[in-house]
Amino acid sequence: MQEILDILKTLDYSPLWISLKTGLVATVLCFFLGVWTARSVMHMGKRAKAFVDGLLTLPMVLPPTVAGFFLLLIFSLRRPIGTFLYQELSIKVVQTWLGCILAASVIAFPLMYRNARAAFEQVDIELIYAGRTLGMSERRIFWRVVLPSAGPGVVSGTILTFARALGEYGATSMLAGNIAGKTGTISQRIAMVIQNGDYLTAGLWVAIILIISFGIVVLMNLFADAKLKNVKKW
Amino acid sequence: MSLSVNIIKRLPGFTLNVSFTAEAGVTALLGASGSGKSMTLRCIAGVEKPDEGRISLDGRVLFDAGKGIDLPPQARKVGYLFQRYALFPNMTVLQNIDAGLSLEKDARVRKHKRESLISRFHLDGLEGRYPRELSGGQMQRVALCRMLAGEPEAILLDEPFAALDSHLRWQLEREVRQTLSEFPGVALLVSHDRGEVYRMSGRVCVLNAGTSEPLSATQELFERPRTLQAALISGCKNCASAELLGSGRVRVPDWNVTLACEETPARATHVGVRAHYILPCGPGEENAVLCRVEDVTEDVFTRVLTLRPAGAAATIRSELGKDAGGALQIGEERCFRLPRADVMLLSETHEG
Repeated sequence: MQEILDILKTLDYSPLWISLKTGLVATVLCFFLGVWTARSVMHMGKRAKAFVDGLLTLPMVLPPTVAGFFLLLIFSLRRPIGTFLYQELSIKVVQTWLGCILAASVIAFPLMYRNARAAFEQVDIELIYAGRTLGMSERRIFWRVVLPSAGPGVVSGTILTFARALGEYGATSMLAGNIAGKTGTISQRIAMVIQNGDYLTAGLWVAIILIISFGIVVLMNLFADAKLKNVKKW
Repeated sequence: MSLSVNIIKRLPGFTLNVSFTAEAGVTALLGASGSGKSMTLRCIAGVEKPDEGRISLDGRVLFDAGKGIDLPPQARKVGYLFQRYALFPNMTVLQNIDAGLSLEKDARVRKHKRESLISRFHLDGLEGRYPRELSGGQMQRVALCRMLAGEPEAILLDEPFAALDSHLRWQLEREVRQTLSEFPGVALLVSHDRGEVYRMSGRVCVLNAGTSEPLSATQELFERPRTLQAALISGCKNCASAELLGSGRVRVPDWNVTLACEETPARATHVGVRAHYILPCGPGEENAVLCRVEDVTEDVFTRVLTLRPAGAAATIRSELGKDAGGALQIGEERCFRLPRADVMLLSETHEG
């Protein structure tokens, strides 16, 4: 016990903050992008929808390393886009915190997009018609009518996105690397200390991420239950 | 003030072809479910787009397929009362009403309008409530109030009482009638309930499988329907095909009878006789038909008889008062009269 407390006292907590910050920024990004994309895809034709939806869902079903591969292909300093970004705009993605955010966002995005779209498609179309005949602008209808009606689905999408972004490993390790205090996230720290045979520290980090993730999911369930009062059990 | 609609919309397995001009006052669209009533309203409101035709309100073109005009619903000044009211569940009564004032930019004017609407619709004290905390009647008042807030030039009511219990329905219908009587513009009421249409509208357009019949005065539709469809939708239980014999006589093969009637329009193909006009009578009277009583069903306030004239392929339905006709046994043979003045001659379709 004393041993654990000693480790906790001397532990480098930077992975926790980096993971939380990454998760938060990625979630905000994914929220707006996911909501916007969901709304656009909803209005597409049947075939375009199937195709675009497939493309947008890929990061969820492929190994994260595949996403990492493509991200490196784009942003590597040895590639045209990466070179352009670095030389012209001084933006560096590889081996930076920006890389953490990008990797986490790409992997978590499908969760936000799919949940938002499912929620939007459930919205009673008469409410939207009502808004239109009342003279509300399309933008106002979206923010004041559609989004609140789709609330529970959008919220659970957002929380899942955060949980997924928080724990991202594969794409992050390829794009951002594991630089202590800069891009070293919790999941990367766990892999690293295990490689060094330090199971106690690894276990502590596992405990931390377990508590956070489990807490998030439980919170989400409570929230969803409160919102779904009228759903009958079967 | 008039609303002129002349549209075609093609849907899978169904074509809507509606044409009428409604003046100020209440005009009803009457038709069975699936006859295209709601789709017609949606096209007028602009939330659905017709394939062809033109819609204009008081000279203002809302839609014209030929000229490529399609005003968005926001710009049409057409109010819509939805069947289940479509109140925004996440907004309070006040915010719902404010949504109806979306086009009013001046905050002072908006506040003034909002206050006068709330008192006009007796919503004082309910401003902070959410739709789920309102009774059915209050929800309807909020929906009416919200719809009228934007001062629409025409209003569309889509089966406003369909989802209600009958005792509540009467009360709400009275309130809506009151509101409609104060509304200066065109009001279109969609309904499949002929009683509602009779009580609420001055003119009526019958919709049959997506095709509209010419507008007629509501009273006239019920007293003198011209077409088979109009007779059926106005509640005529006995319709059968007929052959004109001339000089006020008509042969009805299905009933195996020849009847005297008032007029014999050349295009008539059917006759109709309303069930409650068919009463027992003595033999030898005009239009007396000897029938076998096949069934007697006690309804709430009437007795419904199923009658088969001698040698007839089809039966006739008669509705009597509880006491009329005395004891009637199933299997009994009695004469029933189809009064000459109540034999309606009907044509298949309307065009001349």
